[in-house]
Amino acid sequence: MSDIVLDVRNLRVEFPTRKGVLTAVDDISLTIRRGEILGMVGESGAGKSMTGMAILGLLEPPGRIAAGSIHLSGDRIDNLSDREMQQVRGRRIGAIFQDPLTSLNPLFRVGDQLVETIRLHTDLTKAQARERAKDLMREVGIPAVEERIDNYPHQFSGGMRQRIVIALALCAEPELIVADEPTTALDVSIQAQITALLKRLCRERGTAVMLVTHDMGVIAETADRVAVMYAGRLAEVGAVEDVVRRPRHPYTAGLMGSIPSLRSDVEELQMIPGAMPRLDAIPSGCAFNPRCAHAGPKCRRDIPRVEGTQAAACWLATEGAVA
Amino acid sequence: MKIRPNAILEVDGLERRFDVSAPWLNRVLERKPRRTLRAVDGVDFIIQRGQTLALVGESGCGKSTIARLVTGLHAPSGGSVKFHGDRDRMQMIFQDPFASLNPRWRVGRIIAEPLRTLRPDTPDAVVAARVDELLRTVGLSPSDGQKFPHEFSGGQRQRISIARALAGEPEFLVCDEPTSALDVSVQAQVLNLMKRLQKEMDLTYLFISHDLSVVRHMADVIAVMYLGRIVEIQPTKDLFANPLHPYTRLLLDTIPDLEAPKRDRTPMGGEVPSPVSPPSGCSFHPRCPLAFDRCKVERPQRRAEVHNRRVACFACETGAAATGLKETADV
Repeated sequence: MSDIVLDVRNLRVEFPTRKGVLTAVDDISLTIRRGEILGMVGESGAGKSMTGMAILGLLEPPGRIAAGSIHLSGDRIDNLSDREMQQVRGRRIGAIFQDPLTSLNPLFRVGDQLVETIRLHTDLTKAQARERAKDLMREVGIPAVEERIDNYPHQFSGGMRQRIVIALALCAEPELIVADEPTTALDVSIQAQITALLKRLCRERGTAVMLVTHDMGVIAETADRVAVMYAGRLAEVGAVEDVVRRPRHPYTAGLMGSIPSLRSDVEELQMIPGAMPRLDAIPSGCAFNPRCAHAGPKCRRDIPRVEGTQAAACWLATEGAVA
Repeated sequence: MKIRPNAILEVDGLERRFDVSAPWLNRVLERKPRRTLRAVDGVDFIIQRGQTLALVGESGCGKSTIARLVTGLHAPSGGSVKFHGDRDRMQMIFQDPFASLNPRWRVGRIIAEPLRTLRPDTPDAVVAARVDELLRTVGLSPSDGQKFPHEFSGGQRQRISIARALAGEPEFLVCDEPTSALDVSVQAQVLNLMKRLQKEMDLTYLFISHDLSVVRHMADVIAVMYLGRIVEIQPTKDLFANPLHPYTRLLLDTIPDLEAPKRDRTPMGGEVPSPVSPPSGCSFHPRCPLAFDRCKVERPQRRAEVHNRRVACFACETGAAATGLKETADV
């Protein structure tokens, strides 16, 4: 049990609007163990980033956690005050966002930003913190650290900046890192460097990582387990090999089929008809039922849920037939 | 140049330089030299009628600049672009479906614009009928013509962009990252649509993308670009079966492979250098596992005797590529 770093239970995130309450994250439960990378995948608006933000305590008002709980290594963190949450963020949860430029202050040297963050979370002296900053920069693969430590963010390339952001996230040796689209703004060759780095850090330090991305390729290559989201709900959870090779949810299967292959030739890509529903018009029953080729009456009536560690939220997959 | 009856576009020694010097006063006071960015640095290719040629490469390799040179949005600094078709029947589809549609115009008017430009005397009723037909062609409904762009999702907007391009009765379409802003399931819809239209209307595409799997699905011929040059150009099948240039091989090795999850691999080191100060000789040599002395001083060209002008690489000329890269591939 002590192995579980993040334990999210029945999380529900709501946005009250003039037209009514929108549910952006609907009853999501998941866990991440020490040294494990969980990939959160889904298309725009599926609620994957929102889940990450809820864990970080960074939901923009009026968004709020309406139900459920979030535990970090046994401590409940979803009901902390902003002040207490600030202590958790940075020290116990690190965050990496898509655009490294917005995560770094353009007016300060990267070394000073690292030193400031390290000192905020530890008792090190300035000189010690600077040494530690250099170690971190080396660890994330920045060459010529002695010179680079006094450079400004704009003097780094996109890939190098993202490495600095990762170093920042590692400053306090957090138990969990939430990485939201960390490679989306980068070219493929740089993307591969960053995912390899994340994997290595996770393995060596035992950090749990929640990797949020729309890119199934990145997930397949980096994650141990994957959670597929659709319209705010979990569609499927499982080991990455299983979900990628033998998807059990029709949505996951459609998603995999719509990605052009690097190996086999198809004249036409598989298509999922229609589009993901808007949050104010989520169909009753299974949210995917209007687009699903196998949907039956039960799918239009009852919401299927993911149960256990390896499962699809689909009546067809769980009961074998749609009554 | 000999006439190729089937070629619709011939690009020859195309160059485009941008002046990125500091302002005049800074240059005088700080004695900074003039600086030029060679965005496109001597590019040749031919597109056959009815085919798709794809340009792939990482950001800053000059692929979008080529799109702009071909469509005439930029003037070339050197070389030539010969288009053997009707200039008026060349259209472009842009990456960002949010920026490329006028937010104040109704969709019907957006789609009608090229039609009215091409044939100003067309009666309104005919234009309206044609707009309805185009909306249906791209999988939207005629009533959508009354709506504004903001009422549509990204994928639907890209369909509107395609309908607008088709309104100009194109024979040649330049598509600059047409699906990069879209989710994969929507991307599949748009790619399928583009393939269907190509078949039905005998369209020729210049398709620009950074995504090798998309390009593999769409293109007949693929040109791989690095720092403003084409390092390799091959028919799609050959490129994937037998990539020649070390950069292509590394690129293919780097892309995440869905069919091989949890693969551990050694990512390509280094980064794309700045096109303002490209490395000497072959601009890929600092990252190349096969680079030798000659690569640092001399710039490789695509030559007829080396794989029939398919690759610009000295290692491929000496045959080192065949043996040397096998070793790196097995690591």
